[in-house]
Amino acid sequence: MGEFKVHRVRFFDYMPSGIRALAFNRDIERIAVARMDGSVEVFHCSDRFFQEKIIPGREQCGIEGLSWVGERLFSAGLNGGITEYDLTNQKVKYTIDAYGGPIWTIAGNQQGTHLAVGCEDGTVKLFEVNEDKIQFERNLDRQKSRIISLSWHPSGSKIAAGMMDMIQIFNVETGHSVHRLLADRGVGTSRSKECVVWSVVYLSDGTIISGDSVGMVKLWDDQTGTLIKSHNVTKCDVLALSVSQNEDSLVAGTSEGTVVQFQFISMVLGKDDKEWVRTRTFKNHTHDIRAVAEITTAVVSGGMDAQLVVRPLLDKVEVRSAASALRKIHFPHRRLVSCARKSGLMLFQYPGHLELWRLGESEGKGSSLFVKRNPEKLLHLKVKGEDHIRCSAVSPCGEWIVYSTASKLRENTLHGLKHFLFLFFQISKLPMVLSSANQLCFSSDSSHLFSASAQSSVHIASLSQSGCKFVGTLKPKSGSHQAIHLLAASEDGKWLASANSDHEVHIYNLQTRKAHCTVPVYSSAVTAMGIHPTTNCLFMMYADQQMCEYSIEQKQYTDWSRTVQRKGLHRFWMERDTPCLNVMFNPQNPSHVILHDTYMLCIIDQSLPLPDDKTQFYNQLTLKSLPEEQRKSHSHAFKVCKTFKDILCVELMSDQSLVVVERPLEDVASQLPAPIKQKKFAT
Amino acid sequence: YFILCQSRLIYVCFYLFVYLFSVLGFVLCASGDLVKVYSTRTEEWLHSLQGHTNQVTGITLNPANHLQVYSCSVDGTVKLWDFIDGILIKTFVIGCPLFAIYVSEKHEGVLFLHVSMCFQLVSVHLPKSAEQEVEAKEMSAVSSHISKNPSCTAFGRGVRVHFFFFYFSLKATDKKGAKNAFTCIACHPTDDCIATGHEDGKIRLWRNFIHKKEYTYSTQHWHHNAVNTLCFTPEGTHLLSGGIESVLVQWQYGADNRKEFLPRLGGSILHISASSDGQLFCTSHSDNKITVIESSFKVCGVIQGLVKGDAVLTDLMIDPRSKALVLNGKPGHLQFYSLLRDKHLYNLDIVQQEYIYEAGLDQFEVVKAAFDIKGSWLATVEERGKKSSDLEFFLKLWAFDERTQSFVLNTTITAAHTDRIISMCFSSSEETTMLVTAAEDSQFKAWCQGADDQNFWSCDFVGSYHKLNPTNCSFSADSSLLAVSFQEVITIWSPDTWEMLTTLCQPPGVIRDLCFGRLSCSKYLLGTTTKNLLCCWNLLTCELEWSTSVDVSKLQPDPFSENVAAFSYQSKHTDLFVFKPSEPRPLFTNKNVCSEKVHRAVFVPREEPLNSCDESTQWLNRSQLYFLTQNMDLLTFSTATEEDRMLSSSKQLVIDDSVAVTPFYLLLGKHRQQQQKLNTQSHPVADKPQQPQGSVTIKELLHTPAHVLPAASVLCSMFVNSFLISNTGVQQDPLRYFVHINIFLFKVKTLVNFPKLMKYELLYL
Repeated sequence: MGEFKVHRVRFFDYMPSGIRALAFNRDIERIAVARMDGSVEVFHCSDRFFQEKIIPGREQCGIEGLSWVGERLFSAGLNGGITEYDLTNQKVKYTIDAYGGPIWTIAGNQQGTHLAVGCEDGTVKLFEVNEDKIQFERNLDRQKSRIISLSWHPSGSKIAAGMMDMIQIFNVETGHSVHRLLADRGVGTSRSKECVVWSVVYLSDGTIISGDSVGMVKLWDDQTGTLIKSHNVTKCDVLALSVSQNEDSLVAGTSEGTVVQFQFISMVLGKDDKEWVRTRTFKNHTHDIRAVAEITTAVVSGGMDAQLVVRPLLDKVEVRSAASALRKIHFPHRRLVSCARKSGLMLFQYPGHLELWRLGESEGKGSSLFVKRNPEKLLHLKVKGEDHIRCSAVSPCGEWIVYSTASKLRENTLHGLKHFLFLFFQISKLPMVLSSANQLCFSSDSSHLFSASAQSSVHIASLSQSGCKFVGTLKPKSGSHQAIHLLAASEDGKWLASANSDHEVHIYNLQTRKAHCTVPVYSSAVTAMGIHPTTNCLFMMYADQQMCEYSIEQKQYTDWSRTVQRKGLHRFWMERDTPCLNVMFNPQNPSHVILHDTYMLCIIDQSLPLPDDKTQFYNQLTLKSLPEEQRKSHSHAFKVCKTFKDILCVELMSDQSLVVVERPLEDVASQLPAPIKQKKFAT
Repeated sequence: YFILCQSRLIYVCFYLFVYLFSVLGFVLCASGDLVKVYSTRTEEWLHSLQGHTNQVTGITLNPANHLQVYSCSVDGTVKLWDFIDGILIKTFVIGCPLFAIYVSEKHEGVLFLHVSMCFQLVSVHLPKSAEQEVEAKEMSAVSSHISKNPSCTAFGRGVRVHFFFFYFSLKATDKKGAKNAFTCIACHPTDDCIATGHEDGKIRLWRNFIHKKEYTYSTQHWHHNAVNTLCFTPEGTHLLSGGIESVLVQWQYGADNRKEFLPRLGGSILHISASSDGQLFCTSHSDNKITVIESSFKVCGVIQGLVKGDAVLTDLMIDPRSKALVLNGKPGHLQFYSLLRDKHLYNLDIVQQEYIYEAGLDQFEVVKAAFDIKGSWLATVEERGKKSSDLEFFLKLWAFDERTQSFVLNTTITAAHTDRIISMCFSSSEETTMLVTAAEDSQFKAWCQGADDQNFWSCDFVGSYHKLNPTNCSFSADSSLLAVSFQEVITIWSPDTWEMLTTLCQPPGVIRDLCFGRLSCSKYLLGTTTKNLLCCWNLLTCELEWSTSVDVSKLQPDPFSENVAAFSYQSKHTDLFVFKPSEPRPLFTNKNVCSEKVHRAVFVPREEPLNSCDESTQWLNRSQLYFLTQNMDLLTFSTATEEDRMLSSSKQLVIDDSVAVTPFYLLLGKHRQQQQKLNTQSHPVADKPQQPQGSVTIKELLHTPAHVLPAASVLCSMFVNSFLISNTGVQQDPLRYFVHINIFLFKVKTLVNFPKLMKYELLYL
């Protein structure tokens, strides 16, 4: 299969940010995730939880709540503003101040007419949702303490608000408080501490469910304002609650890292007297769970340990498959690392800065090589302003670095990299049209920069020593205006492919600067693609683990791709739970395609037969044991290497060495704050 | 000579199932082929329901009549009992071994039984018939492949389908190394909720289980090992669980984190039962104990049988004072068990450390114990460390305290030897007590009490012989000689001067057992070797008197006669020989006593000597031989006359078609019947002395509750009549000498082809 020299890179200290809020939109099957650093991500629930959209955050912008109103996404944070997002172009649309101090919670009603926010000053503010903006309507009765949590009655006529030591029920019509439900404080020493009602849920039958800092999940009746039942879930806090759509299941996230499920079950089968009963407990987190959401077939939870856990509810899954398996999402489904293939440089993208590293050198032979020169950090580039980096790239020659924040595109030239001690860089002025980019890509000869921008268009800028010049814009003939998240340029500089979040892949001819063709739209999102250097075929990987090869010149799928579609892929391949993040080609062997996801590195040999479900998929060890003659007959197209774990990026350099950037999860976990100490048996 | 047929396989029996009827104040438990009835108030054994011929595997209350119970047994019958009076009402013959029984209130006249074939669960319609013994043939299979463990089946509350029957095949969820196989199950009495216990100690509460997919469960975890049993209280407010931890856990139903504990109950909990009014709970334990617990979670009664530990490491001993059998009991304890009164007397804590009920822990165990001849001293050895590298042991000496009537620790010797103690014996003289210990450090030591007023024990003499490891030691009957065997050599020492008198040697083979003859045979020394040799030396001539090739696994001299019992194991069965060292022919030989090896045996002195003239039973006149097999069955020999006395008093319900069965009928009618029978008896047993009859009447008068007795005037003449000496004067009242031997876990078994005068008693541990 060939030998590669591997640079095993573990100095990318990427730290995923903790999850603060989740919001599920049942109609479009998207779940929005707000992180501690202020970024908002949108995952597609029915497309294997592919991370479709990322809206980078800003410094000092703590999001406290997320809410969908129709297909519009709103967030509110401790900076006191309500933000609406432009999901098409993946950026902030506008932010308006609520003038009530820090906002702790935001909730939209089911009718999609109003947003309610709970403020530090004790007011619940109602905003009317208009066509293009939101408009402040009025305040409900002001309370003495801050509003921590809010929940609308499904009819939209009442709001329950969780506060310190109590829950208030408001009539939306009058704005007056109807009931005041007092939550008990803890016993013993915690008696003096306030009981924080972290989360409330208002059910259509008038039951209010609250989760508080005492560790209780309490059920209240809104007619009488009395406590119906209380469940002691944990010794710590119950931080988040979420109810299923048909209100027969409730999940509660605790600061112990457990998710507790309650179900509305009739105690005697066949009779109608139902009760909320505590049933299952899921423990997939090590730290506080700050947000839970019960979606159609699963429970999604996220917290301080920065992983998004999708725990399927098997009783609601129709067919058990890889799509309905337990899923833990640690890393973004975008590339945070770009490599200058010809000069051995790597650019690491952090939220607030970039790091440029030069790879080390090695000598010797054997399975592990002696390091002759250590890798060096050449550049630490801090972002100007408060915005975080959206995307970045380094040119293959290693002379250009480009990055874009949510609002601005910046470009740096690196000169004299051979004498890095005299590092000198210059910020070139960019044409105004290039002000912001969703995705960036250099041509393989580093002469052009491609920048994906609004309306699914791609701007081209030519690069020279003197500077950067805007050349033209590539526009798709038709289709959606969703933001482009992937760009791929061909080796010969003739073709450019772009993929957007509506699953469309457009191919442009760079010589004529016209749209060449469009790949037939597949139901799943493209996670990685690349153009073959010799055959000029576009190789695409999809979120549902399918793969396609499309001949650009013939404007049709290749024979190999049709064979794959006809024969189907191996079960083990389809059951992987992370998307492929990069497609590379081995110039030495044109039939080889190199792919990677978080857990493995795979070389597909297109000249070998495809495995069917009966053949052994991971057959490297078996092949090793066989004599040379028999290997041929037993080998198949997929060669999987699982030596590396928690891979962020794999890139094939021009000197035939592989760069594997790993970020071990143990390292991530060791940098997290200490979790709540729990007594464990026999410790 | 005769050959015995193979004895039946009997399971080690326990209080497997406990059924508690607290309104009536009874606890029923299955034990061997008996169902025993105890009182919850007095913890006393009341009577046992006797009639099954094999192990009783299940008891359940008759849902139609709460004064009756069904019991099922491996012998293939289901019996219906009146458990208050101990009367067998009916026997249903099923015909194949039964392993569990369940009844449902919704199904009158139907029993659910586990039958042997592939653990099938069948329902049996009970035929309505007046006969005593009915064959129940109407069987229909309910389901198959059900775990044999009765905890794995439970009845639910019927709703639509009339009943739910829940079972789980044990391999059901055993995946990914998670030990979540089901171990037990219980159904909530009112709600549709099933509790299951799992091998990893978790308890799951299942709901919505009639749906194929939308079932749901919640998990609770406290037990660190498998949950053995689960039980809901009758109102369903609490769930009780128990396991090896011997902690009874009470979970509040609905508020699942609230739980109460009742720790240190003894052995691991096997079964829990709650009384129908919820006032009492009852747990059965692996150490043969039933604990009665109030609903306020206080222990209010303990019914203790002969404690069955994991292994009996000590010899069987007789406490010379109380004549109680002494052996390992609770972990770290010696138990004193009165064989005569068949009662557990007390436990003596030897180790004096908390025992942790967890598998795989290396904890101190009593491995050796010895009494001196007066019973005023007890020596014990406790040891820890299976491997010799981390061996740790203590030699302790206990003095009998007359004031407290128990043993008090006198001396603890931490490093008595440098290696494991192999053998230990007290000198048998009355004047001086001396202890000799022989250990693997190739030394034997003699220990004496200090001369000063502080009567602690200290080492008096250290002896060794050619650096050989000693294998056994023994004092002669008058304590004038001490024999210590060193591998193949027996050395004879004089304890007064500690001078080695002579050595005896009969290679090949290492000496295993060693004992001196008693009384008239005290000039003989017997020894067994590992090369299957039984040798007898004459100590006067220092010559080998005789030797024979037999593989003796245990040599046990009777301290009250010249007899020596030798158990030999060959070709998978054990034979017993009783002989006098002076006579080459054995007094008594019994082939195939049992199929396991016998390593422990003891002669227990009788309170009153028998005066049997039969040659083959003479050796049992003064003492009785008890022995312990590898399966931990305690067995004994008894003579036919004893056996006759023990003839079951089990009452039979004889239904006369014309007369309604009332207590009056039972009382009067039975007596009448007996008299009829007596009158028709034609062949009197001549050599028996005439006995005053009437004990039946007296007994029944005295034992029947006053309020069910007929008027005194009715009984008067009968009562007076009973004192008159019968003019026939020949018949023998079988109940005259009836002394009910209330031996715990007691079993009488009659073997085919057994000699007429010899019968077995089996005592089960």
